[in-house]
Amino acid sequence: MTAPLPKRIIKETERLQNEPVPGISATPHDDNARYFDVMVEGPGGSCYEGGVFNLELFLPDDYPMCPPRIRFLTRIYHPNIDRLGRICLDVLKNNWSPALQIRTILLSIQALLGAPNPEDPLNEAVAKQWKENQQEAINTAREWTKMYAQRK
Amino acid sequence: MPPTRKRKLDQTTSISNATSPPKRHQVEDLTREEAELPATPQTLTSDKGMDSDDDFNSVASSMDLGEEMSSSVDFGAADSDGDVDEYEDDNTGFETSAKDLVGKRKAFETDFRVYSPQDIQNQQDAQVAEVANLLEQPPEATAILLRYGRWNKERVIEQYMDNQEELLEKAGLGQDIRRNPPRIESVSGFVCDICCEDDHDMESFAMICGHRFCTDCYRQYLTQKIKDEGEAARIKCPGDRCNKIIDAKSLDLLVPADLTNRYHALLMRTYVDDRESLKWCPAPNCVYAVECSVKRRDLLKIVPTVHCDCKHAFCFGCTLADHQPCPCALVKKWLKKCEDDSETANWISANTKECPKCHSTIEKNGGCNHMTCRKCKNEFCWMCMGLWSEHGTSWYNCSRFEEKSGHDARDAQARSRQSLERYLHYYNRYANHEQSAKLDKDIFHKTEKKMTLLQATSGMSWIEVQFLEGASQALQQCRETLKWTYAFAYYLGRNNQTEIFEDNQRDLEMAVENLSEMFEKPTDQLAGLKVEMLDKTAYCQKRKVVVLDDTARKLKEGEWDLIFCTP
Ligand SMILES: [Zn+2]
Ligand SMILES: [Zn+2]
Ligand SMILES: [Zn+2]
Ligand SMILES: [Zn+2]
Ligand SMILES: [Zn+2]
Ligand SMILES: [Zn+2]
Repeated sequence: MTAPLPKRIIKETERLQNEPVPGISATPHDDNARYFDVMVEGPGGSCYEGGVFNLELFLPDDYPMCPPRIRFLTRIYHPNIDRLGRICLDVLKNNWSPALQIRTILLSIQALLGAPNPEDPLNEAVAKQWKENQQEAINTAREWTKMYAQRK
Repeated sequence: MPPTRKRKLDQTTSISNATSPPKRHQVEDLTREEAELPATPQTLTSDKGMDSDDDFNSVASSMDLGEEMSSSVDFGAADSDGDVDEYEDDNTGFETSAKDLVGKRKAFETDFRVYSPQDIQNQQDAQVAEVANLLEQPPEATAILLRYGRWNKERVIEQYMDNQEELLEKAGLGQDIRRNPPRIESVSGFVCDICCEDDHDMESFAMICGHRFCTDCYRQYLTQKIKDEGEAARIKCPGDRCNKIIDAKSLDLLVPADLTNRYHALLMRTYVDDRESLKWCPAPNCVYAVECSVKRRDLLKIVPTVHCDCKHAFCFGCTLADHQPCPCALVKKWLKKCEDDSETANWISANTKECPKCHSTIEKNGGCNHMTCRKCKNEFCWMCMGLWSEHGTSWYNCSRFEEKSGHDARDAQARSRQSLERYLHYYNRYANHEQSAKLDKDIFHKTEKKMTLLQATSGMSWIEVQFLEGASQALQQCRETLKWTYAFAYYLGRNNQTEIFEDNQRDLEMAVENLSEMFEKPTDQLAGLKVEMLDKTAYCQKRKVVVLDDTARKLKEGEWDLIFCTP
């Protein structure tokens, strides 16, 4: 038997369904209300524009005292996202606040796509390329977006 | 009190305290006798603590300037008075020796002070009170400012005077913490952003930033920070990207007492960790902290051994157990070298080979390459491992190698062997004393039994048999010192001081072995050997002081050719 779902998670889920954020969706699994299928569109004007990225999101027992666990399922060429889809984002680590929500986290992730930060890399190889030959790195990111992140 | 009594302490000055006599620790042999005298209470009331800190800071800051570390620092007259009073309160018989000791301060002794947790708390509180008074801020807010400034009082005050708002903001404080004392409220229409509950009489709390959350969520948040993350000094408001720091008063309102205790213990931990001049005693379960003004950069010139009230002697520089006379950097290298067996392994691979026929290990000695396996009598060439019979007329040289390369290989082997032999020479002696010190510890436990037995058989009193314990302790301490003289010697390049060092080392070693032998004597003879044993104990101590004083003095003056960069 599982513990009843906290009011906080119920409210958040309702709001995600009723007032969706443009370019972002998060749908809980029928059999596990703490597990979400997430879709984030690449922001306009970025090298991920036109891409649709799938992520998985899980709310641990101590949420919201602890941040949600989240990772990219779609392959992406980005200095702050590694090959396993893990994301280097301050609000998912030290700067997590229980006042933050799924919605704000997903917006931060979308913003990260618009502003890659090779100075704080998770993927060293990509970050190196980003710093040494930015144009080529951007081209690669575009190619990968076409290759892996098309709406099916 | 003679006005001429000034102590030259070089960089080893500690806090001087204008009003209360500091609990000054005179190290080495006398500490124990001192310990038997009535203990001097540790007087550190809050206002006195501040005086002491003022002095300390001024000493510390003047020491920060320039490299003239050898300039002597005088203790104030009041301080010296304190010392004398302290001893004069004790029995008169001891007074002279205490004075003598002060005059004969040794180069290897470092000034330090031991603090109980209560002392540390008082010290913290005193500083908070003083600065709070000056800045006209409540103590809870002042504590946050001081922690933010890592307890650099002067700098905090200066920054506050410079730009009050900026400092308060950076430290995570609001402007009017005084006008709005923290309180728990029920606010109508309030919805907690963390749990989404909205009961109309729900209790909630907000800091100056106005980020309001229900007390349940706040409590849960603080518990996680304190219990799970061990955070205390800089717990932020739970609001998104809010930098306001929770103060002790608000915390008391929100969490149960057991958590407040943990919170204050953590604060004390950071207080000590934040100050270069304070360190926790590393002995297990020891709650004391030690203050010593020796700085990290002094550690090539001084080995600051301090003696905690729990009896543990440790190095203030690296917190390992006392390792005089060897400087911290060399201790670290030495321990790593000893741990690293690769050196020995390298030598073995360079100097032994397997017989190509029966695979037993053969060690090469001498330069001849004509090897004969002891086990299977196989004759082969060391250089090429080929059969010796195939080498024909080339006698003792392998013709399959160029003469020069063979020569170089032999040279390299000889060098590698020599350096290993040197290392093993010192290592064996180091390890021997380490081992013996352990055995001596066993002897100590046996000694305790002997002491009881001796009392029963000889009619000697408990006090009269103390010489055995004294001898046993001296033995262990001297072994520790000897042990480290060998690590020291390994890194010591030869110069005109080396011989004196080696003589001193040998004298101490002989003194130690002589005393050690006495413990082998049957118990019924011990009573008759008391005088001899006391003599030998005193002689050991004396030789130890000679070794330590000589090494420490020359270390300070840079007279040793210590090799800090060889592996
Ligand atoms: Zn709440
Ligand atoms: Zn806040
Ligand atoms: Zn201790
Ligand atoms: Zn050390
Ligand atoms: Zn053989
Ligand atoms: Zn050969």
